[in-house]
Amino acid sequence: MIPHVPIGEWVADAIDWLLATVPWLFDAISEVMSTIVTSLTDVLTTPAPVVWVVVLAVIALLVRGPWLALYAVAAFLLVVSLELWVETMQTLALVLVAALIAAAIGIPVGVLAARHRAVSIAVRPVLDFMQTTPVFVYLIPAVFFFGVGVVPGVVATILFAIPPGVRLTELGIRQVDREVVEAAQAFGARPGQILREVQLPLALPSIMAGVNQVIMLALSMVVTAGLLGAAGLGAVVVRAVTQLDVAAGVEGGLAVVLLAIYLDRLTASFGQQTALSRVLGTRRRSRAARAEDDAPARPAVEEPALSAR
Amino acid sequence: MTPALQVSGLTKVFGGREAEALRLASDGLGRDEIQRRTGATLAVHDVSFSVERGELFVIMGLSGSGKSTLVRLLNRLIEPSAGTVEVDGRDLRALTDDQLRQVRNEKMSMVFQHFALLPHRSVRENAAYALKIRGVGGAEQRERADWALRTVGLLERAEARPDQLSGGMRQRVGLARALAADSEILLMDEPFSALDPLIRRDMQDLLERLQSELHKTIVFITHDLNEAMRLGDRILMLKDGRTVQLGTGPEIISAPADDYVADFTSDVDRTRVLTAGDLMREPRMTAHLGDPAADVLRALGSAEANGVYVLDDAGRVVGVARDDLLARALQEGRTSLDHRSLVAEHASTTADRPVVEFVHLLGRHPVPLGVVDGDGRLLGVVPRAAVLDALSAVPVRGGAR
Repeated sequence: MIPHVPIGEWVADAIDWLLATVPWLFDAISEVMSTIVTSLTDVLTTPAPVVWVVVLAVIALLVRGPWLALYAVAAFLLVVSLELWVETMQTLALVLVAALIAAAIGIPVGVLAARHRAVSIAVRPVLDFMQTTPVFVYLIPAVFFFGVGVVPGVVATILFAIPPGVRLTELGIRQVDREVVEAAQAFGARPGQILREVQLPLALPSIMAGVNQVIMLALSMVVTAGLLGAAGLGAVVVRAVTQLDVAAGVEGGLAVVLLAIYLDRLTASFGQQTALSRVLGTRRRSRAARAEDDAPARPAVEEPALSAR
Repeated sequence: MTPALQVSGLTKVFGGREAEALRLASDGLGRDEIQRRTGATLAVHDVSFSVERGELFVIMGLSGSGKSTLVRLLNRLIEPSAGTVEVDGRDLRALTDDQLRQVRNEKMSMVFQHFALLPHRSVRENAAYALKIRGVGGAEQRERADWALRTVGLLERAEARPDQLSGGMRQRVGLARALAADSEILLMDEPFSALDPLIRRDMQDLLERLQSELHKTIVFITHDLNEAMRLGDRILMLKDGRTVQLGTGPEIISAPADDYVADFTSDVDRTRVLTAGDLMREPRMTAHLGDPAADVLRALGSAEANGVYVLDDAGRVVGVARDDLLARALQEGRTSLDHRSLVAEHASTTADRPVVEFVHLLGRHPVPLGVVDGDGRLLGVVPRAAVLDALSAVPVRGGAR
């Protein structure tokens, strides 16, 4: 009675058409991404693990504080002892690249959506689609476009991780106090200035919560990426599943969790006052105070002379 | 000279079928009826006024009266549906976006109800905001921001963040931001409504002091008639987006245009609104040195008064001639009014002082309170009965008394 609507075939045709028309585009994307991920992996794996354990601990100390630094040392030394260091760093590289690209796409789209109703309305169903479609469904075109290996994993991860970046950026900008935006307008600020100097800074906590979600979602995709042949903890887990190796599975899973906790706690404090900004802030303030002292002493004015300007 | 701000026929309709709503509005239909027929909200309709340079013009209305919309129409934060706003004779609606931004930046500054400071910037950076947008150099920004902060008494907190300040201090920063821009016109959208009563009083004092020294052109929005009466040179009463009455405080108190205004004025503290100038009248008689003492005494008798102001040739008060002293002078054979018949028993005030400041001087002397100008010339007198009459008068509803 109701005729069959061949949506699936249309999409498949579209993908075939894309592959036939612009194969060089996918090759280029593939080339660039795999280069970035491999070089980052090289950077992370070439020095002795201890070097990076220390670096990660110092980052934790500056951004969050001593407890996360302590955690970083313990967690990453445990990873080393499990002999999963290289795989963990491969996963970290994949997650960082994917999250960076997802944020680089998601935040601007969120900004546009916050500023233009039409964009917001158009983007919302796309985001719903991206978040609810089973991950494996867009693994298929990813493989078509980029073959197997790390690149389709990164691409699938990016697609999966974009939505919270968009949503939380849009929300954050919409929640900025309307009167403050009005004040900027009332003093003659341009739309770009208002965005840069008012909306983005005030939306920062929300945007950073979005970045945190992007990273966590990216991390949750590593196993899926492993299925596609991306090296890292995903591959360890996939191998353990196929070989029914409980011990390897537990160890691989544990490494994912340890990395996840580290990244979550680290990025959750973005946008809030961090240990680093506290240190910098005090330094700035004390420098300003010194400048005040150095200035020639002004006569104390009781009733300010208004006309004297 | 063109007024600083000239507004005519200003109208704003939100949503719905705008053209139809405008037509119905000019037919005089009410807000609710227009909403029902067109789905549009008539926020402001056909408001016209002009503000002179240095005038503090108050727009007063309750919530929903359209006053916040009206003030935003003045700098086109909200686009008018009809009517014009002219700043220094330039129609704002004819400006390009760039020109409009320049006018906002250099000609009109706004102060907001909830302060609207940038929370991530220091007090000084907030004060310098308009200058930063203008592209003024760092040193000059700092200098002028510091001047503005000193003016509002907040220079020592220049390094603080807004969230470290109390509400009153934050609004001082809001005020400093507007002052630092050095624009001629200040738009103040209920600037003191969010503050405690005591702090509000302080801020009103501060504004009065600033205004007496800086002479800005100010459009001040409020829902508090006492505040309006206290600060405003003239007051525009707004109801349902339309002008109900426009006049000085005493004019509105003594002749409210309708029941709505009369309702408001019944709550107003008249002793703070009415000034000596509002209540003064011509003295029934005055005398000069050298006048025949007998004539003066006779005139006092027929006026049923005990004393009279004695003026010199320039009209300055020399003293008061009292009836008993005049009688003694006549007994002693001094026939013309001389210094020995005078006493210093009188009190005077200037025309701009409110009743509350001179009420204690009333009725103490044989002559009514004198109203003098800066040189001591007698402008008029305020009899105690006139003050009591003005304070006790309940405005007659629905029109002038």
